[in-house]
Amino acid sequence: MYVAVKGGERAIDSAHAWLAEERRGDLSIAELSVPQIRAQLALAVNRVMAEGSLYDPDLAALAIKQSRGDLIEAVFLIRAYRTTLPRFGASRPVETAQMAVIRRISATFKDLPGGQILGPTFDYTHRLLDFKLAAEGDAPPAAATAPAGLAAVPRVTDFLNRDGMIETEARSDATPPDLTREPMEMPSQRPLRLQALTRGDEGFILSLAYSTQRGYGRTHAFVGELRIGMVAVQMDIPELGFAVDIGEVELTECETVNQFKGSKTEPPQFTRGYGLVFGQTERKAIAMSLVDRALRWKELGEENIGAPAQDEEFVLMHADNVQATGFLEHIKLPHYVDFQSELELIRRLRADVFATQEAAE
Amino acid sequence: MTDQSYNFAYLDEQTKRMIRRAILKGVAVPGYQVPFASREMPMPYGWGTGGVQVTAACLTPDDTLKVIDQGADDTTNAVSIRKFFQRTAGVAVTEATTEATIIQTRHRIPETALTAGQILVYQVPIPEPLRFLEPRETETRKMHELEEYGLMHVKLYEDIARHGTIATAYDYPVRVEGRYVMDPSPIPKFDNPKLSDSPALQLFGAGREQRIYALPPFTHVVSLDFDDHPFVASKAPHDCDLCGAGESYLDEVITDDQGGRMFVCSDTDFCRSRVAAGHSGRLGAGGK
Repeated sequence: MYVAVKGGERAIDSAHAWLAEERRGDLSIAELSVPQIRAQLALAVNRVMAEGSLYDPDLAALAIKQSRGDLIEAVFLIRAYRTTLPRFGASRPVETAQMAVIRRISATFKDLPGGQILGPTFDYTHRLLDFKLAAEGDAPPAAATAPAGLAAVPRVTDFLNRDGMIETEARSDATPPDLTREPMEMPSQRPLRLQALTRGDEGFILSLAYSTQRGYGRTHAFVGELRIGMVAVQMDIPELGFAVDIGEVELTECETVNQFKGSKTEPPQFTRGYGLVFGQTERKAIAMSLVDRALRWKELGEENIGAPAQDEEFVLMHADNVQATGFLEHIKLPHYVDFQSELELIRRLRADVFATQEAAE
Repeated sequence: MTDQSYNFAYLDEQTKRMIRRAILKGVAVPGYQVPFASREMPMPYGWGTGGVQVTAACLTPDDTLKVIDQGADDTTNAVSIRKFFQRTAGVAVTEATTEATIIQTRHRIPETALTAGQILVYQVPIPEPLRFLEPRETETRKMHELEEYGLMHVKLYEDIARHGTIATAYDYPVRVEGRYVMDPSPIPKFDNPKLSDSPALQLFGAGREQRIYALPPFTHVVSLDFDDHPFVASKAPHDCDLCGAGESYLDEVITDDQGGRMFVCSDTDFCRSRVAAGHSGRLGAGGK
């Protein structure tokens, strides 16, 4: 009879065994390999790398396999692994102007130096289910790709800045803060906000950005430029006295150009929102740049209309999906003790109410 | 068996040092919430990552660890955390409160009085006692700085005006040494008196919220109340059906669909030791 909470240890072991079995699924179907996930579910891999804050496509693919395709669970696996890794140092800032672009578009100019390169995009596909993919398909015909060895593609915002039409981003060599090593403190600086946004949940950042478009902190954004491609990562090696390339990462960078009517101190000019995310993750990068711009209301002397996207404490404290899902799901854990104390409280309050009613009658 | 691929107690030494610094600061300023750079742990936020980090930073190879959830050693999450430290630290574990040097807990303080040299580590979901009165961290920190606790008293007063009593049954706010108002974590208010003047060191870890706070031994802790509505540590008006204890906090267990129920000690170690010592309740071995 009193067995309800006994046997926790055996129950956990059995649950894990069942989970492993379910993950593999029907044994008559070939097992999915990590290289397959890495190559064919690349956008899922990118999302896990971006929100996991760790650039390693193989580990991200493994995490997706282990998590049965639950991407937030995969992000969590990557984060928990990342936190155990030693820090050898920091790279130099990556030079996105030198990016080997596979996609580069501007919504503000019809044509521009470097050209518009659509790259591998869903943008103009018709969203019709392709039943040919359901049958084991042949390899698609080879596509024309961006010619390799393109000269560095200049930035759109640099053209705009030539005649002072857009705000100048002050150069800073200050070491950016790292919210994985220091507790987040409010009010925050822009570099910290950008870090929180780039590893924040794609859905949350997307919805916040969307809310600014619908009037909750409107920023009148244009995609000045969106570019995707590989950039070299360089690190200064003290023993050598110069920087060497230690690898390359794929990045998506978005710069928005936003209307700004000027303030008491600043003349009218365009302002910027910035998004930079691991992998081909353009929805996230665009959303990030809109939210970044909305959060800058104070430094630009704009009005705070109380929109969620303008509220840095609201945005930064709730953007992390590993934190959010953990706290949300922890209410599944036993709460017998708290609930018991509530039961007694409510019983007592009810008894008081009935006693008062009886006395009145 | 210790897992050799991780450092002792999982966290690297730099991280432990950072956490110990936060703990020391917390001990120096009892009840003050010290920000710390909480790490991602291999269990989810909300499962006790703050408590686990504090325990990891305090553990030495000679320690004996006890882990409880809802007072019980055998609830699933207590089992999981105990296994984690067995695997990563290889420390001795126990279910006996008296044998443990470190006890990690969720939602309870053991019934057996703690002794000098023991450390009680609480898992804390929301460390800020003022959070549900004021959602902004920037505001609540200022309120603590200025000792501006009027809002809390207004809330308690409104409870009395509306319900005739303070309608907080767990997570009941306390004042530490007449200075900081502190959240004792969601322990039932029955446990609140045990917070005060304990010979043990009490540490509180909130992982997701990145805060650590502490009650050094013999810190005076008072549950907030009013002169005409004094604090009462309440529990179910029953005795334990297994061991007959009248002074322990009880869980209510539904035994059938006819409204049948029994009450048992939430502290499993306390209950088991009493049964072993020959005590018996209504449904205990001696009773039925």
